Amino acid sequence: MRRMIVYGVVALLLVVGCAPPGGRPSGAAKGPIKIGILTPTTGTAAAGGQDMVRGWELWWKQHGNRVAGREVQWFHEDTASNPDVALNKARLLVEQRGIHLLAAPGLLANEGLAVAEYIKGTNVPMFMPVVSADDLTQRKRSPNILRVAGWTSSQVHHPFGEWACKQGYKTIVTLGNDYAFGHEVVGGFVNTYTDAGCKVLEQLWDPLTEQDFSSYIARIQALKPDAVFAIQVGASATRFLQAWAQFGLKDKIPLLAGETTVDQSNIRGLQDPSIVVGIISAGHYAEGRESPATQEFVKAYMEAYGDIPSYYAAAMYTAAQWLTQAIEAVQGNVEDQKAFLDAIRKVELKDSPFGPEKLDEYGNPILNVYIRRVERRPDGRVWNVVLETIPNVSQFWKWDPEEYLKRPVYSRDYQPGFNPPKK
Amino acid sequence: MSPSFLVLQLLNGLSLAALYFMVASGFSLIFGLMRVANLSHGALYLISGYIGLTVVRSTGSFLLGLGAAVIAAVLLNILIKEGFLRFVRSRELSQVLLTIGLAFITGDLCLAIWGGVPTLIPIPSPLQGAMNLGLIAYPRYRLLLILIGASVAVALWLLLERTRWGAVIRAGVDDPEMVSALGIDIERVFLGVFVLAAILAGVAGVLGGALLGLYPGGDSDILLISLVVVIVGGLGSLQGALVGSLLAGFLEAIGKSMLPELAYFILFAPMVIILAFRPQGLVGRR
Repeated sequence: MRRMIVYGVVALLLVVGCAPPGGRPSGAAKGPIKIGILTPTTGTAAAGGQDMVRGWELWWKQHGNRVAGREVQWFHEDTASNPDVALNKARLLVEQRGIHLLAAPGLLANEGLAVAEYIKGTNVPMFMPVVSADDLTQRKRSPNILRVAGWTSSQVHHPFGEWACKQGYKTIVTLGNDYAFGHEVVGGFVNTYTDAGCKVLEQLWDPLTEQDFSSYIARIQALKPDAVFAIQVGASATRFLQAWAQFGLKDKIPLLAGETTVDQSNIRGLQDPSIVVGIISAGHYAEGRESPATQEFVKAYMEAYGDIPSYYAAAMYTAAQWLTQAIEAVQGNVEDQKAFLDAIRKVELKDSPFGPEKLDEYGNPILNVYIRRVERRPDGRVWNVVLETIPNVSQFWKWDPEEYLKRPVYSRDYQPGFNPPKK
Repeated sequence: MSPSFLVLQLLNGLSLAALYFMVASGFSLIFGLMRVANLSHGALYLISGYIGLTVVRSTGSFLLGLGAAVIAAVLLNILIKEGFLRFVRSRELSQVLLTIGLAFITGDLCLAIWGGVPTLIPIPSPLQGAMNLGLIAYPRYRLLLILIGASVAVALWLLLERTRWGAVIRAGVDDPEMVSALGIDIERVFLGVFVLAAILAGVAGVLGGALLGLYPGGDSDILLISLVVVIVGGLGSLQGALVGSLLAGFLEAIGKSMLPELAYFILFAPMVIILAFRPQGLVGRR
């Protein structure tokens, strides 16, 4: 116990000793703005994590690593697609690198949830361009955590469930990754899908590290639904799409995909891209959207890296744009965390690679949701184009926010409208 | 449960079993003969898969990739045996630790060279898509995998049961001292088994890389399954590896579709039960 106290005192002295001298208003004299980003560049979500780094890097390259007269120094750490590692790396960035803000706490919802618990106890502002765990801007929101250029998992899939039922797909089977993100995406979808009068036959959940989808496909075939709704992330999305084609289901059962299932990062590496052409999905990003803000970004990214940018790249690029506007608004003084966070809340993007965005009062963007279709480009690559735009979608869809927040967050046990057969 | 569902699950179980058998039989042979739990066997599977991937990508030929993977696996396994394991002969704990170390190093080496993005080895185009079997349509590649697995099982059985070399191996599993006393160079037999196990691991690396993909951690996943297979089936026995692989394949296929949240439990529970009541495994002797 005595040792603990000694360590505590030493740590306190160090913290006090290292604290930057406060009270100087001019930004230029303070040295670089230090920004940390956590993304997985190994493990199941590595392809998206790599894109996050590139999208982020592209913005700062284009702007000479400077904002409001101060140099921007950013540190990237690999989360290995693992929440434990993400948490340790967040500690490293905050406590050893001394970052002013954390611009991304990972890619996967469970990474973000782990890091957020830690960040809440610090004053470091944290932004979540990719981590979409619903509760971080809902029931577990925190003043220093905002979803800049991000989205909530269910936000995009609320309109999609209603849309799917209206298309005449009366029965559906859902297949989702078995963790927070999958539960929330599927929960949002089935909520509005069943409200519109359609029926969920069964829900299947696969572990994030699933290698072999043959058993799930066997089950789906046996159930004979009108359509299948599938949400998969990273490598499991690629494997799922490949298995779907190999088992010959592509022309038998319509597949409605969640946003990440057919994200550019997952479809660009397919051995035969034609297996995804025609798949319908919903997303807050569509790389084929006909708008200068999207297409200029796509062009610049392709020139720099050779690939069409995924939503992960777009999110980090847009987040950098968002941060830049806010940092300029406070004349580079990110040390004043309250003023800086207020400036972040006031930013309004007239157009971005995603379309127009601004934060709601809970810290999550109000954004466009696109019903998308995968199409082949003249150069042989595939991308998502917009079929329909649903503007100004809030994370609470058509419900009253306070009423909505009284319900539990979507989980495996809370899938409104789906009543599993008693076992 | 409709008949088509059952047939589909039967084939799913068989194709997984075919892959597991190729990895586990080599693992089991080495263990049976040398009493070495060669925990670098999973890493051998992964790195030969990656080498196969590189060759398939640069030459466009799946068969060349397969050949390169097998050659690489054989050379690596000879290196493991002659370069490392010979120095810790008959010290079991040191052997296990050494092979774990080699597995970690190989895994990290793969990560450094091929990166962390999970990758599937491209399947040759004639094998893509599904074949209509009347009742159901089933992927051609998986059907081929079942055929290959079955042929490997038959070939191994003939080799071990019908040739003199096989008789020596079986004798070596039962009593290595006696085999040496009869004037047989047991070291050469050991080497032969390492080469055989490496050939199987190399083939499995490429075939598995096209089925399940190659990714960091793929080595320990397949090693874990191999451990289950040989523990359930019985160490050092080919029939045991076959029975164990089939059981693991079917349990995984059926477990995932019927009770997905219990899939791992369904796979490991029988292992615990068998260990409790029949520690030598289902087919094992002693």
